[in-house]
Amino acid sequence: MGKSKRIIQAIIKQVVCIALSLLVLVPLYMVVINSFKTKGEAARMSLKFPTTWVFGNYADVIQKAGLIRGFANSMIYALVATSVGVIISAMAAFVLSRNRIRINRKLYYFFIIGLFFPVNYVTLVRVFQWFHLTNTRLGIILVFISSMVPFCIFTIYSFVESVPREIDEAAVIDGAGPLQMFFRVDLPMMKPTIVTCFILEFMGVWNDFLTPLYLSSKSSLFPMTMAVYQFFGKNQQYWNYVFADIVMTLIPVIVVYFIGQRYLLEGTTGGSVKG
Amino acid sequence: MNKNKIYPRWFVILPLIIYVVFFLFPSILGIFYSFTDWGRMTSKNGLHFVGLQNYIDLFTSNKNYMDGFWNTIRFTLISNVVKIIPAFFLAILLNSRLKGKKFYRTVFYLPSILPFVIIGIIFKSIFSYNTGLLNSSLTALGLGALKQKWLSDPGMVWNSIFSVDAWRGIGYVMTIFLAGLNTIDDSLYEAAEIDGAGFWKKLSYVTLPMMRGPIMINLVFGITYGLKVFDIIYVLTNGGPGHKTEVMTTYVFQLYGSGQYGMSTAMNTLLLAVTAVIGVIIVRVMSGKEAEG
Repeated sequence: MGKSKRIIQAIIKQVVCIALSLLVLVPLYMVVINSFKTKGEAARMSLKFPTTWVFGNYADVIQKAGLIRGFANSMIYALVATSVGVIISAMAAFVLSRNRIRINRKLYYFFIIGLFFPVNYVTLVRVFQWFHLTNTRLGIILVFISSMVPFCIFTIYSFVESVPREIDEAAVIDGAGPLQMFFRVDLPMMKPTIVTCFILEFMGVWNDFLTPLYLSSKSSLFPMTMAVYQFFGKNQQYWNYVFADIVMTLIPVIVVYFIGQRYLLEGTTGGSVKG
Repeated sequence: MNKNKIYPRWFVILPLIIYVVFFLFPSILGIFYSFTDWGRMTSKNGLHFVGLQNYIDLFTSNKNYMDGFWNTIRFTLISNVVKIIPAFFLAILLNSRLKGKKFYRTVFYLPSILPFVIIGIIFKSIFSYNTGLLNSSLTALGLGALKQKWLSDPGMVWNSIFSVDAWRGIGYVMTIFLAGLNTIDDSLYEAAEIDGAGFWKKLSYVTLPMMRGPIMINLVFGITYGLKVFDIIYVLTNGGPGHKTEVMTTYVFQLYGSGQYGMSTAMNTLLLAVTAVIGVIIVRVMSGKEAEG
């Protein structure tokens, strides 16, 4: 290839990538910049800088939108459900992958089928009544765990193959029980896939909307997504507030994204990508 | 060494119980209730079996429930095509020699971590007819003739939904392709180049065959996502204008909201049947592959 042709190609590639980046970033920029405007100015939704910067929007929204409670709820749901869900899925995936007797292979596919099924929230409401879980955080957390189990087992199962079996044998010879062996020896080796699952599921719970929509009638149990949606419903003319609310809801996810992006972008699918 | 002892079965019990009780059991229970008149008045009137009545109502009612069914299928097909094909070429672009590829990868992936509810609200503002960013940009560029009622024109609304869905999802699909492209050995391309293969030949003889895994993953995730889509439609259009963008899950929610729980679970069971058929096919293919290897 000639040098000038290569330069032209590089320029075209850059133009395409910059255009696409703008397509992603401009809507987000619009949200941020308009969150600092007055009500009237924000309603025009332009990309211009505010004539006066209204930082008070944020303080107003924190008060009006019940954001602190929403934030605390989202944090509790995401942290508890994800920690418990990923660890117990890892234990199950580990055993299913290491000991492939007939029943274990059947169990694996029994879990995987859950990747496809829709959750039936309507009857879940009924199940909640039977177990006295209606309008409880525990119930919501259990539902989040149940729906992340198939994906986590699917992802971790294939990764376990890359963890050498010899280390298990060494641990057993040293007198470790199964629990000790798993947590001291195998789990640390599974860190990349565990972290990937944790981040994906954390964001999945944080972003979820359907579960609280069906299962909590008490606004004191609402996570941030529900709080924002409700706030949006009531304040459609106050775009400055809605945008400020959105910015604050997005900050935690974006922080988690930048901390964990190495794991997300490089380990998204673990071993399952290999053709 | 005794495998059942070092890899004890009880490691599986806790996730199994939670999965069965809160995920599978409600679905099975749904099948049962879909043959009843379960509803808001049941506590007063009792529960009665109605046979196939709910299903007959779904298929024959003048409320267009079947449109919801076809819209779901259509959404699944189109949303995957408009995401997977561009994402594939984008991954090839980012895998080639390119300055700033790390930055671009981070930016392109970003939308897929954002909550649908928020994306929905943002694009509701962008699409708004009088003040929205899209129409005002078109006017500013002198293209005012292209202004649209993006969310309320029945001929346009699906395109708007597909665009927002692609805006969110392309980066994720692209990342899975990129992970696959990383595993292809450069020497394969070099060999193909020596044989005189150009871009398209290399694509069809080297890249595509090596990308079967990632393509499969993207199809599996994409299809299951498409069949179960709810949030983005609920927030952007809530099924409107009219019932133009209603899908199965929005009908499930509406029927639940109006207290027709039996009908609602019948709709959900229909969705379950569709996903089960597709799921069983995919799992068969996967387990067949494992048996081969």
